Amino acid sequence: MTAADGAGPEGLLAAHGVAVYFPVGSQVMARVQGEERRLRAVDGVDLDIRPGEALALVGESGSGKSTLALALCGLRPVDAGDITLNGKVVGARRSPADRRRVQMVFQDPYSSLNPRLTVGGVLRELLRVHHVVPRGQVSAESKRLLSLVGLPEEAVGAYPRQFSGGQRQRIAIARALALRPEVLIADEPVSALDVSVQATILNLLASLRAELGLSLLLISHNLAVVRHLCDRVAVMYLGRIVEVAPTEELFSEPQHPYTRALLAAIPRLAAGALDAEAPAITGDPPSPLRIPSGCRFRTRCPIAQPRCEEEDPELTSAAQAPEHLAACHFAFEPVPPAGTGLARAGDQA
Amino acid sequence: MIAAGAGGAAPGAGMAQGGTVLELRDLHVRIVSRQGTVRAVDGVSFDVAAGEALGLVGESGSGKSMTLRAVLGVLPPEARVTSGEILLDGVNLVTRPQSELNRIRGRKMSMIFQEPMSALNPVMRVGWQIAEGPQVQLGFSRARAAERALELMRRVGIPDPERRFRAYPHEFSGGMRQRVMIAIALSCDPEIILCDEPTTALDVTIQDQILRLLARLCRESGVSLVFVTHDLPVVAQICQRVAVMYGAQLVESGAVADVLLNPWHPYTRGLVRSAPDFDYVRESLVPIPGAPPSLINPPPGCRFHPRCEFAEEDCRVSETPLRLLPGGRATACLHYERCMDAAAADRAARA
Repeated sequence: MTAADGAGPEGLLAAHGVAVYFPVGSQVMARVQGEERRLRAVDGVDLDIRPGEALALVGESGSGKSTLALALCGLRPVDAGDITLNGKVVGARRSPADRRRVQMVFQDPYSSLNPRLTVGGVLRELLRVHHVVPRGQVSAESKRLLSLVGLPEEAVGAYPRQFSGGQRQRIAIARALALRPEVLIADEPVSALDVSVQATILNLLASLRAELGLSLLLISHNLAVVRHLCDRVAVMYLGRIVEVAPTEELFSEPQHPYTRALLAAIPRLAAGALDAEAPAITGDPPSPLRIPSGCRFRTRCPIAQPRCEEEDPELTSAAQAPEHLAACHFAFEPVPPAGTGLARAGDQA
Repeated sequence: MIAAGAGGAAPGAGMAQGGTVLELRDLHVRIVSRQGTVRAVDGVSFDVAAGEALGLVGESGSGKSMTLRAVLGVLPPEARVTSGEILLDGVNLVTRPQSELNRIRGRKMSMIFQEPMSALNPVMRVGWQIAEGPQVQLGFSRARAAERALELMRRVGIPDPERRFRAYPHEFSGGMRQRVMIAIALSCDPEIILCDEPTTALDVTIQDQILRLLARLCRESGVSLVFVTHDLPVVAQICQRVAVMYGAQLVESGAVADVLLNPWHPYTRGLVRSAPDFDYVRESLVPIPGAPPSLINPPPGCRFHPRCEFAEEDCRVSETPLRLLPGGRATACLHYERCMDAAAADRAARA
């Protein structure tokens, strides 16, 4: 199936009100005492990945980025909402054909490859189980995959431990591509690598996208990487998407105060020394066990108003920018003066 | 200021605000392994002035952390300083007995590690961990040391210090744990703090908070910093000077803005060009070809020559010590003029 057909207006792979909860502590006592003892890692996410696009998912640790990725990939069941693939609802138990369509590359290439299998072994197993190519061509296909990610053919007989971090990440990418997916989800694919090696992997992802017409969901905390590689950016905070927009629009006209803080916190090569100004954002994110009422960002928000305590803002767009969505009561409006907010420094320690 | 080679101190070359606190002279660290002797640090010399923050950058395996560990005297058991001097206030730490080192370590210098969770004692209340230094090193009474710990917790921005004093490290977030580490590092009013990737494990928003805190403390108390990291933008924000390490040697040093925006060594230029820059989106990134050198059998001549686009015949044979150049800068590149021209072209392409 080509990327263009089958995909409705809602995108190739989409989340509709997806929530993923983790039980915490005794569930029996939770019921007896009438408390909620669950961690809301992903708490109502709407997101679509369009054919051929590179979408970034950014946010602090604990914001639910990786959990959302696992759910999208079918590696974790969802507790609410639906995930659709080409407009069809899919659960965590997917048919082999559906599973092939969404593949994932993990952060740590040291722990995500089986140390007991050679590189060829990893690829051959996949190619055979999923009948990607006729039996006779499995070996040739393995070599083709390795050359696609820039590894020599001899790598087929080697074990993961014989490779450097960057090379292992290439193997992980080859493994994901073996099934000819339509969507590749890469969870912090370069953050475990050295700077000079990161560039090779980022370039590889960019060229594979162009060559194979893949859709890419890139999870990263490095906004420089995101700006370099992605067409659209979704910002996640405490289990929710708080802003989505085309990359340059998000970076030039951020509408959510959290996005603004995130941008202000980026260390910049040309910016020079830090001045005495207050940090872009104070305090730590609240625990996902105790998500604040109303707008979940209000405890750290410089412009929070009484209304933010009561009303949970919806992810909405303005008429002049239908592609730009933000979940803030004051988005697409003049910014209220900072300092009038309710946030206190270090509220959440 | 950074001197060229052993004993080549160049007066007036740096931007020293005060006297020299830490001075490394031709430091060599060797690790004996089954595969052979690893030259983990190979003739590194630099100075850190009072109140100055020096960034030490390089990739993993470049010897930056090993240099830091040698200074602190906490090398792994199989590693040894084989020659060179580490002078703290003029006292050579390499030749001092362990007992004296223990005293100096607590009082005059301290360290902040990358992973606060593994550097803190998990079964000791954080307040007492901060108070331990003053008690042991400065002879403070329990009550006075506790008082000091509370004051430090306030200074590093830990909210509600009276209550948090009795908490354990696991009750703190990553950013708060790093604040505890900073409080411990400051507890005996050191002259210099060695930081090994202190913000690498943190989120960008928390990193911003910690960097601002370190910059403020540096300014307020005049403590010097040696800041080891691989993140060039972080160095640009917190350090005045930077020294770049490659293959266990220093290859370039100078003022941060000079070195990072106008590199005079092809390796530094390679680092700058391979990292995605938020303010400059390019068609594609330019990786450094090849792999870092073996430290058991390093390539002869300049260690970067197998990966260098400007390499000439002489780069393969002659040793390339750090040479001092005008403007307080130093480079180990024999043909740095070419790198200068290339860097100027990079800048022109940017504009």
